[in-house]
Amino acid sequence: MTTETSMLDKFEEKIRKEIKIEPRDWMPEKYRKTLVRQISQHAHSEIVGMLPEGNWITRAPSMRRKVALLAKVQDEAGHGLYLYSAAETLGTTRKEMTDDLHTGKAKYSSIFNYPSLTWADIGAIGWLVDGAAIMNQVMLCRTSYGPYARAMVRICKEESFHQRQGYEIMLTLARGSEEQKAMAQDALNRWWWPSLMMFGPPDHESKHTAQSMAWKIKRKTNDELRQQFVDATVPQAKLIGLKIPDSDLKWNEEKGSYDFGEIDWDEFWNVVKGNGPCNKERLNARVKASEKGQWVREAAAAFAEKQNQRKAKKEQVA
Amino acid sequence: MQSYTKYSPELEYVLRIADNSLIMGHRVSEWCGHGPVLEQDIALTNIALDLLGQSRMYLQYAAELMGGEETEDSLAFLRDAMQFRNCLLVERPNGDFAHTMVRSFLFDSFHYFFTKELLNSSDKRLKDIAEKSLKEITYHRKFSAEWTIRLGDGTEESHNRMQNAVDELWPYKGELTHPDSLDKKMAKKGVGVDLKKIEPMVGEFVGQIMDRAGLKTPQDVYMHRGGKEGTHSEHLGFILAEMQFMQRAYPGQKW
Repeated sequence: MTTETSMLDKFEEKIRKEIKIEPRDWMPEKYRKTLVRQISQHAHSEIVGMLPEGNWITRAPSMRRKVALLAKVQDEAGHGLYLYSAAETLGTTRKEMTDDLHTGKAKYSSIFNYPSLTWADIGAIGWLVDGAAIMNQVMLCRTSYGPYARAMVRICKEESFHQRQGYEIMLTLARGSEEQKAMAQDALNRWWWPSLMMFGPPDHESKHTAQSMAWKIKRKTNDELRQQFVDATVPQAKLIGLKIPDSDLKWNEEKGSYDFGEIDWDEFWNVVKGNGPCNKERLNARVKASEKGQWVREAAAAFAEKQNQRKAKKEQVA
Repeated sequence: MQSYTKYSPELEYVLRIADNSLIMGHRVSEWCGHGPVLEQDIALTNIALDLLGQSRMYLQYAAELMGGEETEDSLAFLRDAMQFRNCLLVERPNGDFAHTMVRSFLFDSFHYFFTKELLNSSDKRLKDIAEKSLKEITYHRKFSAEWTIRLGDGTEESHNRMQNAVDELWPYKGELTHPDSLDKKMAKKGVGVDLKKIEPMVGEFVGQIMDRAGLKTPQDVYMHRGGKEGTHSEHLGFILAEMQFMQRAYPGQKW
């Protein structure tokens, strides 16, 4: 017990002194669990997030956009890979994590349960969804767990590029024909509120926030990040002449930030519980990819084993 | 958009090369987000990116040869099936991972020797594009050859799937290295690749890998042809319906 207490003291001292926690360091079991849950959820979001955008690769309207989108979706896959690796340093295998995704035990960001219906959605996803993700990820570059923080530094650089790319798609549409403007506005209307929900439930209802803040896994609360996102995004919409679909949105001089309307939390919880427009499709797509890839993974393992045996035999002869 | 009833021989030749990479890149890109392993998903996406990048360079060149309002986008998105010049192999559906790998392996084996020879083209632009893409294609060939061996020599199931894919795709291999009158003409001019010259090189490489994979080479197979001249399979129409949707639904807009 004494050793446990002294280790806990040491751990807490590191947190206090802003020294990163590393894989071999002692850490409270709950800290480890929280991180595995959060990092794997983050990794799954990158992977499931490939689907709504991947949707438009074969239909992108120009060669330049097609290549940019393909590269973007590939980046997401790469982010998934860094994050799975970061989570593996905590003693959970990638297979365990993906199994949890496929059985529905692990969650991913609910935003990806919304459909990408037109080309403008590719702009809106980049601008709003990546924009919201960045708010969270910039904060996580300073998270207390070393491998997670380092993965985030790499990811943030690419994400901010994606966000600009998405905004540029919206800008092009907003300056285009009436049809294009309407397409952009429609995408903004559909993605705005789900983007605000990405930050999670309000602080007073968030069950993880207080502990995560104490451990410096999180540095800002859900509501703080949400406000920061609204303040950054509203002027961007104005600049390209698109209207944020919120009649309560207005600048609050005193606060120095925007007031915005009530979020429909029933919708949020409904989507979390599996009733979003695409929950089933998204999960099925991942399960199907995994099942269809089973024989490939088995063959690769069998071949590697044969190669090892051949090598061993050769060495024996020599 | 001008009518494509007549291409100059040079243009026709550039489009053949461009369309192979474009349609192959399209097919490979369909895997994005659905690969059997995350690492392979990334690798396939990378290959699709390379191919689409190559097709852009060739299409831009083709557009310049045509002059007027033509661009890479008008060529990719506003031609109909009979105006495409890709080989039939690249429009074959992805099927399972074995089909995709065998299709890549056959195409990459050809594409590698073709591009290597194109380095000697008297057409400076083609030579430059070949130079820029050869490194990528060398990697593609390595990737698909390794997977052919791994899956051919993996489990009984993977072996059977690979043999099945080889048997199904083999009839589309011939067109890659079979010279028609245009191929001969362009080779003679020093612009194009002498397909007769690369045929044995491709054959030898494919044979070596097939041996190492323990796969049987189909014998006395009828070889389908026609893509290079603009007579395609039914699959191309659906590829174009998807690929060209935006430009067809919203003509003349900037994206």
